[in-house]
Amino acid sequence: MADPLPDPFMLNQWFPISALQDVHDRPRRTTLLGEPLVYFRDGSGCRVTGADGRALPVLEQYACLWTTLGRPEGGLFPIPEYDEPDRRNIAAGSIGVNVSAMRGIENFLDMGHFPYVHTGILGELPHTEVKEYNVELREGGREIVATECLFYQPRASTVSTSGADVEYVYRVPHPTCSVLYKSSPMDTRRLDVIALFGQPTGPESFRGHMVLSILDDVNADDFISYFQLHIFGQDKPILENQMPKRLPLDPRAETPIRADKTSIMYRRWLASNGVTYGVIPAAA
Amino acid sequence: MIRLYDFDLSGNCYKARLLLAILGVEYERRNVDFFPGLKHREPEFLAVNPLGQLPVLEDGDLRLAQSQAILVYVARKYDPSGRWYPLDSPEIAGQVQQWLGFAEGLTATASAARLADGMGFDFDAEAARDGAHKLFAVMDEHLWFQERQGQDWLAPGAAPTVADIACFPYVMLSEEGGISRETYPAIRRWTDRVKRIPGFVVMPGIFPAVLGSQ
Ligand SMILES: N[C@@H](CCC(=O)N[C@@H](CS)C(=O)NCC(=O)O)C(=O)O
Ligand SMILES: [Fe+2]
Repeated sequence: MADPLPDPFMLNQWFPISALQDVHDRPRRTTLLGEPLVYFRDGSGCRVTGADGRALPVLEQYACLWTTLGRPEGGLFPIPEYDEPDRRNIAAGSIGVNVSAMRGIENFLDMGHFPYVHTGILGELPHTEVKEYNVELREGGREIVATECLFYQPRASTVSTSGADVEYVYRVPHPTCSVLYKSSPMDTRRLDVIALFGQPTGPESFRGHMVLSILDDVNADDFISYFQLHIFGQDKPILENQMPKRLPLDPRAETPIRADKTSIMYRRWLASNGVTYGVIPAAA
Repeated sequence: MIRLYDFDLSGNCYKARLLLAILGVEYERRNVDFFPGLKHREPEFLAVNPLGQLPVLEDGDLRLAQSQAILVYVARKYDPSGRWYPLDSPEIAGQVQQWLGFAEGLTATASAARLADGMGFDFDAEAARDGAHKLFAVMDEHLWFQERQGQDWLAPGAAPTVADIACFPYVMLSEEGGISRETYPAIRRWTDRVKRIPGFVVMPGIFPAVLGSQ
């Protein structure tokens, strides 16, 4: 089956293609929406070239190199916390996953799997309850935000010393990127930021670039990356066993349980933006 | 105390952790940021293993690289029953060794496909997958015949050996490299048995026999 062409909404997005720390003089190859790209660094910064050798637009933001195959309307969604001087901003790793990027985002938004998949870290039996929370569209419908998500976590972060009820906020400001905020064990008034930036390499595969902006003045970068990769490594087999590999948008394919409220909103939002890439559109 | 130079997502490191856990041996994990840091290629780690490969185990004055060698050493040293690395029967000892060699083939194929797909390493993933399927077919047939003879493990005998530990990780992680185990039912039954060995521990990408229990 020939690879599908991206729909206009997807085509005109910025996408991450590498962590900045992985961009060197020696060119590296990657794929975006089925198109092979080459990226490297020269005297003036990062460069990306497309399949036909043309130079593509670049952004160097949030510890990643971003590019586009279309014409995005503006820049990237804001993450103001990223600029706060006392935070640690870390690209924790870029992992390839054999499933659509939208499946990756949906899993990222779901707290229900924590006790089963991240046992002893992000959840623990018998604490399986996802309490009532709130989901809404903000920024004139450009962004999904879920708030008041509470979950018991035995070891919420690298600096946790005991279990705690942790509060989460999730943002989906981009079809394949999500930013989550969770209570910081270091400072009760502030939130740690964990972003999953999805690079759709094809309709059924993506690279997940994990970027953290957290309060941790104790641990080395190595350990923070280790912790994040450990968690993502646990998600990987769950993701790769999902069938179908593209995200179904048909409302009848949705399971209306409370934990899935964000996911239902996400699927509708993709549908209303005309997304067909990486998903199975609802029958007309 | 024993020190293991270790990377969490490495199947070769995991096999050392798995046997140490099953035998109840305490050790210190020294994290080497293989990915994304590529720290195994830096001078600090090259001084430990000039080949730049994980895992490496240190015990007293001994420093040992190569995961299969580590399994043999740990079993001989810390398993008083001798079950994990049986030497009494030349036939069995030979077969255990054969499967330790087979595990190297799994590293060269199933593991390479996983590193290419998951961590962007520059390997030929298609060739690696083809190679892995050839090995899986051989292993599946072998395990099927073993089962017919009332044998649960790779090498003959009532108990699992280092051969099972050596082959388990990259078989179990194969789907991360796009290698399905759907057509290998005897392999699937064998991986379920491995997960039920007392003391079994998991790594990211491998779940316990009962979800949520570890
Ligand atoms: N034959 C070795 C292979 C070990 C191996 O491939 N380790 C990987 C990590 S899983 C590694 O360090 N690779 C770096 C390299 O080979 O350059 C063993 O069994 O220990
Ligand atoms: Fe997860």
